[in-house]
Amino acid sequence: MSDPVIDIRGLVTKFGSNVVHQDIDLAVPRGEVVALVGGSGSGKTTLLRQVIGLLRPDAGTIRLFGQPLFSGDVLADRQLRRRFGVLFQHGALFSALNVFENIAFPLRELRWLDRDAIRDLVMVKLAMVELEPRHAWLMPAELSGGMVKRVALARALSLEPELLLLDEPTAGLDPDRSQAFVDLIRGLCGQLGLTVVLVTHDLDTLAALATRVAVLGDQRILAFGPLDHVMNVDHPFIRSFFCAERMQRVSVPGRS
Amino acid sequence: MSAPTVSLDLSGAQPVVSLRGDWTLGELEGRLDGLRDEMSAPGVRSATHWDLGQIGRLDTLGAAVLWRAWGDRLPEALTVDPRTRRMLDTVAVLGERRRDVGPRIGPLEAVAAIGRTAFSVGRQMTALLAMIGQIALDLVHSVRRPHELPLREMSANLFKTGVTALPITALLGFLIGIVLSYLSALQLRTFGADVFIINILGIGIIRELGPVLVAVLVAGRSGSAMTAQLGVMRVTEEIDALITMGVPRSLRLILPKVAALVCAMPLLVLWTSAAALFGGMVAASIQLDIGYGFFLDTLPRVVPIANLYIGLVKGVAFGLVIALVACHFGLSVLPNTESLSANTTRSVVSAITCVILVDAAFAIATRQIGMPGG
Repeated sequence: MSDPVIDIRGLVTKFGSNVVHQDIDLAVPRGEVVALVGGSGSGKTTLLRQVIGLLRPDAGTIRLFGQPLFSGDVLADRQLRRRFGVLFQHGALFSALNVFENIAFPLRELRWLDRDAIRDLVMVKLAMVELEPRHAWLMPAELSGGMVKRVALARALSLEPELLLLDEPTAGLDPDRSQAFVDLIRGLCGQLGLTVVLVTHDLDTLAALATRVAVLGDQRILAFGPLDHVMNVDHPFIRSFFCAERMQRVSVPGRS
Repeated sequence: MSAPTVSLDLSGAQPVVSLRGDWTLGELEGRLDGLRDEMSAPGVRSATHWDLGQIGRLDTLGAAVLWRAWGDRLPEALTVDPRTRRMLDTVAVLGERRRDVGPRIGPLEAVAAIGRTAFSVGRQMTALLAMIGQIALDLVHSVRRPHELPLREMSANLFKTGVTALPITALLGFLIGIVLSYLSALQLRTFGADVFIINILGIGIIRELGPVLVAVLVAGRSGSAMTAQLGVMRVTEEIDALITMGVPRSLRLILPKVAALVCAMPLLVLWTSAAALFGGMVAASIQLDIGYGFFLDTLPRVVPIANLYIGLVKGVAFGLVIALVACHFGLSVLPNTESLSANTTRSVVSAITCVILVDAAFAIATRQIGMPGG
């Protein structure tokens, strides 16, 4: 197996005197779908924000594709940031731009693609996330919650990332839409060969998408591995999180 | 990672085009035009067999470029592995989407835009009128139930719009007074009419310049803040939360702002006019040797007291106009950032325009009042 896509070593995070992460080590191998779970306040989103370089850890290193996030070289940093896409929890679409412009924005920023190529790409991405061409001219304020997520996913995919980070991809969607969105993500991952890290609270999403699960708690990673392995770890949080009847509900339809 | 290439093989019975390398966003940078040229060369174009068997990686961009090069269809004979094939199938949607461009703007659109603007102005006026009505109802309600008056909010708004505006209005008034006095003095001296500086400054500042100056400043300072505050509260659904708790938004949010500005404006007018007169007095004493004592002694004799009342009433009217316009635009913000910035701009511009209009109305209505010798 090649080098891990995300390599976190000895990560320490403190907010004031409050220690959030203490010596976290985590390696995400290529092609895996890793779900980060944990109780509220366990620092899942903080960890995700550190991975994408919005926050800097107090100690330890994070390497993506074998490179540090903050190398000091502006061009190298920019290059690295174009290799991953992020789906923010509320989409974070630019509200001043319509759907087309939102998806085209990262492509325009490359500054070497011509207009026709950009239009073709945007239309393909829209089709990938199962939106109609007429949706391209809507403003973000006119979209429903599910559509916002789809457009945000299309934008995250616009630079052909190798790594996709999802923050609560199904939060705020009804079970039906959330199922459809999960199917969409799973389909795209298979097709594009993406490595995915997702933060989620939703057990259905977790069971449907994740090939591995990392459980955050007590300021460290409590368990990391395939779902059935993690479920059997003896720890109070894991036992209550994956408590019997909740898992039963999820594992009846199950995944192979 | 290897560079994408196109090669034409003419050795077999039929020409075969083979593609190699990674046809990805990263690798195509700077090579796109060259590859397009190669693929549109006559020999390659007429080839019917394409060999993609040795292609490295193909992403959406590469697939879209190939799709366009093939004339929006797959070539007749194609050697390809399933994974690449799937990517080509993904971009096949471009076939039906090729002519999809944004909605066109026709010549009639300009006429329609004028109509839409007229309707929108009409709607704004109706909404403004409704808000004034609501405030009147709130006032009646508050008179009957005085304990429901939002006194704390009023005092907070009074501090924000009034007290914190004191330094800047004083500075501005003082400087304008100096400039006005200095420029007038230059002219008056040529006619030997030095002493009339007091009449000019008195009438000009107290009746006209003071109120308008403060109104413009307050519209930019407090009006925009009110619009932005209400707008953000709309965006974050705070106003909806208030209504749900049974707190009427007009009573709790709008009435305190309007009341505070209506109270604060005349006081600010008085304060700014005083500062401007002081500035004028300083300049006059330096430029024309008119002493402070003489200036202050002459002022009440040449400027009828009615001018002060007009100035103060104008302050009340301007405050009312600014607060109403600001609140109206704040409440009509749509939940997105674009609308917020547009409405804040509109609020300030409309407030200043309305202030000037009201000022013109005052000038006509009070033309008989307060003129010396009139």
